[in-house]
Amino acid sequence: MNGISEVTERYLQLYKDNIEKISGISSKYINSFRAGAFEKFRELGIPTKKNEAYKYTNLNIFFDHDYKSYFLPVESDFVKAEKFRCDVADLDTHGIVLLNGFYPTINDKLRQLPSGVWVGSLNEAATKFADKIEKHYGKYAKSETDGLIHLNTAMASDGIFIYVPEGVILTKPIQIVDLVQADDDMFNQHRNLIIIEKSAQISLIICDHTLSPHKSLTNAVTEVFVGENAHFDIIRVQNEHNNAGKITHTFIHQEKNSTASSNNMTLHGGLIRNSTYHHLGGDGAESHSYGLFLADKFQHVDNFVNVDHAFPNCTSSQLFKGVLDDMATGAFNGRILVRPGAQGTLAYQKSNSILLTDDAKMDTKPQLEIFADDVKCSHGATVGQLDSEALFYLQSRGINKREARLMLMFGFAHEVIQNIKIEPLRDRMDNLVMQRLKGDLSRCASCVVRCT
Amino acid sequence: MEKDQDKILSEVTTGEYKYGFYSDIEMERIPKGLSEDVVRLISAKKMEPEWLLEFRLKSYRHWLTMKMPTWPNLKIPAINYQEIIFYAAPKQRTNVNSLDDIDPELRKTFDKLGIPLTEQKHLAGVAVDAVIDSVSVKTTFKETLAEMGIIFCSFSDAVKEYPDLVKRYMGSVVPYTDNFFATLNSAVFSDGSFCYIPKGVRCPMELSTYFRINSANTGQFERTLLIADEESYVSYLEGCTAPSRDENQLHAAIVEIVAEKNAEVKYSTVQNWYPGDKEGRGGIFNFVTKRGMCKGENSKISWTQIETGSAITWKYPSCILRGDNSTGEFYSVAVTNNHQQADTGTKMTHIGKNTKSTIVSKGISAGMGQNSYRGLVKVLKNATNARNYSQCDSLLLGDKCGAHTFPYIEVDNQTAIVEHEATTSKIGEDQIFYCNQRGISTEDAIGLIVNGYAREVINKLPMEFAVEAQKLLQISLEGSVG
Repeated sequence: MNGISEVTERYLQLYKDNIEKISGISSKYINSFRAGAFEKFRELGIPTKKNEAYKYTNLNIFFDHDYKSYFLPVESDFVKAEKFRCDVADLDTHGIVLLNGFYPTINDKLRQLPSGVWVGSLNEAATKFADKIEKHYGKYAKSETDGLIHLNTAMASDGIFIYVPEGVILTKPIQIVDLVQADDDMFNQHRNLIIIEKSAQISLIICDHTLSPHKSLTNAVTEVFVGENAHFDIIRVQNEHNNAGKITHTFIHQEKNSTASSNNMTLHGGLIRNSTYHHLGGDGAESHSYGLFLADKFQHVDNFVNVDHAFPNCTSSQLFKGVLDDMATGAFNGRILVRPGAQGTLAYQKSNSILLTDDAKMDTKPQLEIFADDVKCSHGATVGQLDSEALFYLQSRGINKREARLMLMFGFAHEVIQNIKIEPLRDRMDNLVMQRLKGDLSRCASCVVRCT
Repeated sequence: MEKDQDKILSEVTTGEYKYGFYSDIEMERIPKGLSEDVVRLISAKKMEPEWLLEFRLKSYRHWLTMKMPTWPNLKIPAINYQEIIFYAAPKQRTNVNSLDDIDPELRKTFDKLGIPLTEQKHLAGVAVDAVIDSVSVKTTFKETLAEMGIIFCSFSDAVKEYPDLVKRYMGSVVPYTDNFFATLNSAVFSDGSFCYIPKGVRCPMELSTYFRINSANTGQFERTLLIADEESYVSYLEGCTAPSRDENQLHAAIVEIVAEKNAEVKYSTVQNWYPGDKEGRGGIFNFVTKRGMCKGENSKISWTQIETGSAITWKYPSCILRGDNSTGEFYSVAVTNNHQQADTGTKMTHIGKNTKSTIVSKGISAGMGQNSYRGLVKVLKNATNARNYSQCDSLLLGDKCGAHTFPYIEVDNQTAIVEHEATTSKIGEDQIFYCNQRGISTEDAIGLIVNGYAREVINKLPMEFAVEAQKLLQISLEGSVG
């Protein structure tokens, strides 16, 4: 495309206005990426529908907006965040509250959990764990086509940093509650880095909430390094209001014999785009990607998954399901790439969607790109409605239609939920989904901050 | 065992292209290059009416504003349109009424290809329109068909004799603005076949067009228009070959099909253009726009294709299901061997109510071949009860080839049921072992498995073609199992 679009121009300007301030608070190493990423962003711009990866998502609804502020944290902001408590019953976690993606400064900026795991601010870690950061930062989040990733690299100043030393097995999951709170329409970007060394194991829960009614847009990048024999689970629970735009890019790099799973549960949100990149970078690695979304009104949910089989004997699976109501639109874009030489690959992908109304729309684009012959790959995609025979069966046994529909939809969604390994969270999700399907719930009921 | 397989594989995949000869026919060519004058010259040579020239010029001017698309999963060398001869015709073509008027060299060519131009000798009823380079040289069984009111002739004749029909339907399915190569074709198309089946007529024989590229440096741009009026039925075949040459040649054709109420059209292709040599030199670029419109209620269009030739194949035979209860089908076997590339599939656009479509695509990659399936199933808002089933399987023979699948599904109606399934695998060692155990050699076992794999599609072909297709499949894959 020739010329730079107006929308892109807006963000180029934003960079120019803020870069000095951002660079001032960030470490030298992180700053060293900025200029290059900015150039790349200038070249690629904000993705349009002409970009294959964004073919079904119109970002302009959120990007072509005059955000009054670009979020950079001030001490006083964090006092508000501290008040927030998430109370999922029986869920025992190491809780961390983030404000607009930033680690609260009033606590220790970087603390060590009893088991030896470090959690804290990326910015802070850049000095304390300089060697780790230099080894991993910016190594996995790469893209030749997606300008948003470069925009993040160019401007993001902080985010969460987790370091799990070799052999540490964390039994309690880490829960990050990511709050979006602003007095004005706000754009924010954060950058997370998670390093799991050899034979270590953690589960991470990320809950996204919006506290303020203003329009907000988040463009977050998370890089994860999963070492040899290590184990990593990430579960994202997204429950935001219709004015919230959330773009997440998660890059999971796996070494030999490691396993990783990603689970995106989207209950509510204005514009949601979750890109998950699984890079199987060692023999015998295993990855699973799950996603469930329930969309209504004018919401748009887009799940993008890229599984890159770069080494032999790796296994991957994908399961994505969606229920679309009202005028909601959904997209699924899943790609399995088997590189030359990645023999013995097993890769599966499944995407099912249910349309409940005539105005709902679903676009799916599963892809297989295979350059090795000793592989078993398959994908299946369906778009349809509830099975009328199943519905009839239930009705014939005295269950009323509304109830029967609910049961079927719940069963449909549960197939994804059952892959959550943390039991209290799984029960909670079942419960939330049930309420959501009944229409009782527009946002997280147990959240103490009653946002309207 | 493993070694044995590799050896047999390489033997199987190195089969020679049988149709690579060149015939020395006296040809009339225009200078190479493309300009408005060339477009005018082609039109003048064919003594076309003013409206057609206008159509060509309109297309040409539009083409100048277009750029070649870059989205396919193909590596295409740059094409220099000024180096292509856009019109080449065998000489002596003043009203071919009997076979004697045809250049004997030319007749020999078709005999060699096994295409009967002589009606009496031919066993079953297949009417052939033979197209060599830019023009149609002979249409057989024209008279027999005319008795039933069926029009089957070259496109140029149709322009002269049935201008109303041509005017009415040409460009109605593939508009001149459609895509880069369709627009180019609209500007410079030379000849092709025209077929009209009147109301209520069931065409008694297979209609067939045979395309042959003969001259060097020429591009072939033919256009086929097939109209099935209400309650009619026709089965149409298309075959093609070209001489072996080191340079690439461009073939950019358009096929348009219109099916009116209750009509049924079956269109089968066995595409065997020269695929290039083992190092990937030469071969035809086969960039074709094929589209059928199910215009009336209960109409049906079925595409069957066996793609074994061409250096690069880039085509998507599509159906626009506009009439209520209409049906679209697509059955395809695409083979890529050596350095061949294919990006092929279909588009099913559901517009009418209760429309149905079926897609069965079987890709076979061997050698360094890259085979992509790209398909779109689109259900529009008013297409209540639309139903689609897609299945695309890929078979990999060898570890340097690639198989790719890019299905697009866009659903805008809640009553639609759209299903897509794809698998990719190689021939299982257990399958080969099972055959070996029963005394079937590895080579035969592979042939057996590949044929079984493609059977679902081959079964859809008319009988004579099915036999040929099966043989072709074996030749194309000679030496490729591993």
